[in-house]
Amino acid sequence: MPSLLILLPLAVLVIFNLPLGMAMRRLYYWIVATVLVAQGFFVAVTPFFDWKALNDPLAMFFEYKLSIDAFSLIMLFIIALVASVSLQVARYTIEPGRKTEGFINLLLVTVIGMNAIVMANGIFSLYVFVEVVAVSSFILIAMNKSKFAMEGAFKYLILSAVASVMILFAIAILFFISGDTSFSSVQSAAKVQAASAYVKIAMMLLIAGLFIKSGIVPFHGWLPDAYTESQAPVSVLLAGIVTKTVGVYALIRLMYYVFGMSPAAQKILMFAGALSIVVGALAAITQKNFKKMLAYSSVSQMGYIILALGCGTTMAIIGAVFHLLNHAIFKSLLFVNSASVEKSLGTVDMEKMGGLGQKMPVTGFTSVIAFLSTAGIPPLSGFWSKLIIITALWTAGNTGYAALALVSSIITLGYFLSMQSMAFFGQVRNGLEDVKESGMGLAIPQAILAIVTIGIGLLFPVIYNLFLMPLGNILR
Amino acid sequence: MLLMAIVWTVMTPRLLRSVVGLAAVSVILSMIMFYMDSPLAAVFELSVCAGLIPVIFFTTISFTQRVGQEELIERKKIIFRQYVYLPIILAVVAVVMLLSKPVVDFVFPTAPVVQDVRKVLWDDRHLDLLGQIIIILAGALGIVALFKETKK
Repeated sequence: MPSLLILLPLAVLVIFNLPLGMAMRRLYYWIVATVLVAQGFFVAVTPFFDWKALNDPLAMFFEYKLSIDAFSLIMLFIIALVASVSLQVARYTIEPGRKTEGFINLLLVTVIGMNAIVMANGIFSLYVFVEVVAVSSFILIAMNKSKFAMEGAFKYLILSAVASVMILFAIAILFFISGDTSFSSVQSAAKVQAASAYVKIAMMLLIAGLFIKSGIVPFHGWLPDAYTESQAPVSVLLAGIVTKTVGVYALIRLMYYVFGMSPAAQKILMFAGALSIVVGALAAITQKNFKKMLAYSSVSQMGYIILALGCGTTMAIIGAVFHLLNHAIFKSLLFVNSASVEKSLGTVDMEKMGGLGQKMPVTGFTSVIAFLSTAGIPPLSGFWSKLIIITALWTAGNTGYAALALVSSIITLGYFLSMQSMAFFGQVRNGLEDVKESGMGLAIPQAILAIVTIGIGLLFPVIYNLFLMPLGNILR
Repeated sequence: MLLMAIVWTVMTPRLLRSVVGLAAVSVILSMIMFYMDSPLAAVFELSVCAGLIPVIFFTTISFTQRVGQEELIERKKIIFRQYVYLPIILAVVAVVMLLSKPVVDFVFPTAPVVQDVRKVLWDDRHLDLLGQIIIILAGALGIVALFKETKK
């Protein structure tokens, strides 16, 4: 049945782009929401009901090679959750009609691409669907049509093209070495030819290409503009899941499942991760634009994932994947918070805010939950993932990196406290007396994401046993 | 020749000349592909990249306005300022590469089972083909999303 995760959204996309009546067009949002919720539901119940093993009626028509393991399941769940939230935010922030339909079309393309990436079992398939997501992302960013949005989209387009060339070149090398592009063939060939300069070059090209796609320092130039200048639901989608799937997921899958980690690659990943943590955190401190601060915070948090990935122990990889899940949720929540503020105030400039917590209680409260989780405060989800990462770094002997991760967490707390004091805490700023909550449409996704953030933190032992423990067996 | 055509394509301030340069790059690349016994790839490169894509670019450029002489001179100055150091950097890199001795063995390892690239990339890959169709679909949906509103 895994093929349905690609073909069902594709069928919806095609059907609803046929010349249909207005009555049918109004159903588009609900049908897409149902598809995404169904994806999230089936993935969540996988430990109790193995839907993957059901016969695939489409297999007789198409020759698909898809595979789903514990890591794919976690990614499929995040994709469904973040895409659902993005869809809901779009409904209340993008003007109804053709613009919303255009967004939903491209959201579906992005979801199809991301679902295929996490189920792909070959490097070429992975590359093709990374490009599917990249093309839809350029357009989604540019849909805002402002000068800066175009600039953000253009920067992403150019840097993404450079990354694509690197990845494609690496695939060509690996194809000539292994004679095939499936993960298993490349894995066997890479193991036999581990000392070959060409395998190392391919690995370095893949790392550099995927660093660009992930927005890791020093390849992060496109990310703040793209996140800041795009429309609110696009920011949620990009920050919540897109960069994680096309960059970090692909990196983890290739480095651990295909190549196996070498000491040199570990050093590169750990250094780049640490650099991202520090540069992202320091850049976030100075920002006055709510969304830009969140963008730099994303760079910093992605650094934690890459740092843990570079550490390479089973515990560190579990921490990396868990932080990926948590970051997707709390960063989506923060971007929905910013969408709510932007809808009510018409700006994301924090210098024009003040005391919004009193006027927008749902936005204010959920933003506190999200920032506490980002900073790693117990018992929220971010605390557990950061604890695992720092413990794994410490026990592996990387005490310097562990200390840096800990100190950066305090910096994270600092810039988010600064954001809270400027935007939400204190007395209501003059001129903002009439500001109200942006409505139930945005309050609901904020509440859901806050509940998930708290729930994952409180149910950590259950999540760990059901979803995170199996990762140790798969990725090593 | 290929490098010269690439540099000219990037450096020329006129869009039309740039498209002609792009077509020239594709033609030269096709010749290299024929020379390297890849006629299928060469035919695709020649027909699509040297034929179809320049036509699309020419059609798009025909909708734009011609740049004035003053602006053209200004653009040439900007390009000169941006790329004046490029030949020096390339020369330094080339000298360093020639003088440095490779510390690793660059003997290309051979694949255990050599399959025809066409079979691997086309026959066995319905999923990738679907992905390529979706990329084209995304492009079409993007054009509608970006330009239909502008027209309105």
